[in-house]
Amino acid sequence: MSPKKLSLKEKYSLLTRDLEWEYSYRDYKEIFPQEEFEGIKITDWSKWEDPFRLTMDAYWKYQAEKEKKLYAIFDAFAQNNGQLNVADARYVNAVKLFLTGVSPLEYQAYSGFAQVGRQFGGVGARVACQMQSLDELRHVQTQIHAMSHYNKFFDGLSEFNHMHDRVWYLSVPKSFFDDARSAGPFEYMVAIGFSFEYVLTNLLFVPFMSGAAYNGDMATVTFGFSAQSDEARHMTLGLEIIKFLLEQHPDNVPIVQRWINKWFWRGTRVLTLVAMMMDYMLPNRVMSWKEAFEVYFEEAGGALFKDLARYGIEMPVYAETAIAEKEHLSHQAWSIFYNYTHAAAFHTWMPNEREMDWLSEKYPNTFDRYYRARFEHWREMERAGERFYNPTLPMLCQTCQIPMGFTEMDNPTLIAYRQSVFQGERYNFCSDGCKDIFDHEPQKYVQSWLPVHQIFQGNCGGAEMEDVLAGYYRMNLGTDNLDFHGSPDEQRWNHWHNLQTAAEQMKKAS
Amino acid sequence: MAVAAITDNYAGERLDRVENFHGNQVIYIGWDYHLMFCAPVAFAISPDTPFDRLLEELIPGAYSQHPEFERIDWDSVQWILNGEAFTPELDASLAAQGIDHKSILRFNTPGLGGIQGSGS
Repeated sequence: MSPKKLSLKEKYSLLTRDLEWEYSYRDYKEIFPQEEFEGIKITDWSKWEDPFRLTMDAYWKYQAEKEKKLYAIFDAFAQNNGQLNVADARYVNAVKLFLTGVSPLEYQAYSGFAQVGRQFGGVGARVACQMQSLDELRHVQTQIHAMSHYNKFFDGLSEFNHMHDRVWYLSVPKSFFDDARSAGPFEYMVAIGFSFEYVLTNLLFVPFMSGAAYNGDMATVTFGFSAQSDEARHMTLGLEIIKFLLEQHPDNVPIVQRWINKWFWRGTRVLTLVAMMMDYMLPNRVMSWKEAFEVYFEEAGGALFKDLARYGIEMPVYAETAIAEKEHLSHQAWSIFYNYTHAAAFHTWMPNEREMDWLSEKYPNTFDRYYRARFEHWREMERAGERFYNPTLPMLCQTCQIPMGFTEMDNPTLIAYRQSVFQGERYNFCSDGCKDIFDHEPQKYVQSWLPVHQIFQGNCGGAEMEDVLAGYYRMNLGTDNLDFHGSPDEQRWNHWHNLQTAAEQMKKAS
Repeated sequence: MAVAAITDNYAGERLDRVENFHGNQVIYIGWDYHLMFCAPVAFAISPDTPFDRLLEELIPGAYSQHPEFERIDWDSVQWILNGEAFTPELDASLAAQGIDHKSILRFNTPGLGGIQGSGS
């Protein structure tokens, strides 16, 4: 007689909650030493509601099916020379930014969820973190595979992981995750699980994937579809952690509110990179950054925080500044990268006339008034053979590590300067948000590895910029960096398409 | 406030102590309302550097590509050191006039509003 088959409910219980056991010969605090130090109070882990009803064997099965479909498309993309079908070669710079700036974060998330999952006394939270951890590992792998095809045809992709740990602008997303991972397990969950994966994910993930869809990048958009059900699970986990913490004890509310304030601001600063990608790097634009911010933060986030009000949670304290900045963020970010493209592993360019008009239309309050004259001047310098590059290293914010290119929202042509003095030393910031984060935990942020200061200290390969860029960063100078116009990427692209045309002509003639 | 940490009295290593800059200190210079240069710029220089050298070398090296740079009337420039109005002594060293490590020195050039008055 064959053994009785388990019902779904029995199986779920046996393969998740039943993995727990009574701790009989060791103290609970010894087993979970990180559960209390952040001040969070958990009274009853059994109140945790599993955000997804999934067992490990079902997880493997679903993921394997998705993987099969995904890799079939990758193969087809490669065999059909899919790289020739993107909107134009400028688009690939968005891929470079994603692979160097975002994919390594997936790896950090994998590691982070594995580590904090171990620290929770509740088995439900542990299982959920384990699955998210595996998802994140899957995402970094599949992203690398999706984009590796471009590495055969375009510059700037080959050292993405090395660069993530060293290059000045990549220290922005890297330090964001380092900050979360060096916090306690509950702060990590609010930072990454809630603020990033729930509140801000639609402003990171969706723009890159819909950008890929609009610009003929079949490989990346297929990755996006394949990751969608994973991302939906991550959002449920993010929401569950918040509700669970707020329902466990009223003392948790002010701690959680402070974390939401902090991580909303840290997150919006990282999203600066996405803002400029949407408005400047996509040849076929999806929507403006401003429109995306209105839909995904102001409307969707507004509804979320209305819902959380019953716990005593309010909108993040810097939300108003972020809302005002939606009119400026992408233009200021693109200015930073246009200034320093000689030190970046992707290309920048000035928008063409049609693209400038699109920016004027999408940003009627700001583009013509503050940015158009600057961009036209840069374009004239380029036409005169003197493409502008900033010859001096920029000042960075101590907290977010972005060059200090953000302005006062009541005076948008004046750089915002904030300063604190801690133990007799000055620290400088781009915003109230970044200053407040430092002031709350200065002992943490005095350790910021600021790329410009590290260069000055002689820790980045040498005193000459070439030592830093070619040696320490491993950039191929003259190919990975500088303006798109005149780049080998552009030359190859034109060459391929002329070749195609020539081949077609031959065919017709015969 | 103290960092919430698993060890008592957690303290971090200050990575940018002035001693780490091999006898130099960091200063930042910003030209207000000229955002063609996207952010203030950073230099590592000796605290003994006379203020003159900023005017003769560092500032022109950083900003001379701007079409308004030649038109700056240096006598009417307004200086701001770490947020306060400041009158430099040209012959004195940075250290002697309080321009210390990681100080921000801004200058405002009245009458020059950036490219087509856009603050760029």
